[in-house]
Amino acid sequence: MPEEETRQKSLAMVVMSGDMDKLFGAFIIATGAAAMGMEVTMFFTFWGLRAIKKNVSTGKTLFGKMLGMMYGGDITKANPSKFSFGGMGRWMFGKMMGNHNVSKLIELRDLAVTLGVNMYGCQMSMDVMEIPQETFIEGVKEPVGVGFFIMKAQDADIQLFI
Amino acid sequence: MSDEIKVDLELDLKGLLCPLPMVKVSQNISKVEVGEVIRAVATDPGAMADIPAWAKSTGNEVLQAEKVDGEFVFLVKRVK
Repeated sequence: MPEEETRQKSLAMVVMSGDMDKLFGAFIIATGAAAMGMEVTMFFTFWGLRAIKKNVSTGKTLFGKMLGMMYGGDITKANPSKFSFGGMGRWMFGKMMGNHNVSKLIELRDLAVTLGVNMYGCQMSMDVMEIPQETFIEGVKEPVGVGFFIMKAQDADIQLFI
Repeated sequence: MSDEIKVDLELDLKGLLCPLPMVKVSQNISKVEVGEVIRAVATDPGAMADIPAWAKSTGNEVLQAEKVDGEFVFLVKRVK
């Protein structure tokens, strides 16, 4: 079928985790899929939002500011899901990955932007966590909701939840 | 034999790990014309599976993928 030959394949991914190891997985898959010619959608929600945030403070209310302090910064602050040890784990894994010449997480994310991966913040969790669009890096598209994600996921050949 | 195939672009992928060898090939394929060939040299063993998979998915052709002196040498032809 001619439609089968010409249709661009696509991948739709929810990124809920802010863990370093899971974000590595998310961005390696996203950059790999983009390189293989797929249209890639990444929908960042809850703990995942920090992965597309600049290193700026956030929060309007007291709780929002507290969250901004305790879970602030940018993707470089992501800790591994195991062996976190108050930052030690991040340092150790960073060293180990550096020794094996693996790209830094932030480089992989920026590569994803360069490769045209479509990144969206979840409007609802941005509102709840008081993280506005202007705190996101260049290249992140305007916020969307679950309806938009489902529309993309329905049409996608691969759907992932990370 | 690889000596008989004309190479139009050389890519040094040594030291790069997943997903970069494949990403670099994909970023550079548009730098050659259809029918031309990229010669890429990687040190990541994973590239032996990934670059042929990339070619299959994108409709390009791997003319050669072999291990030479601990390095992985690919000849990739742009088909489309």
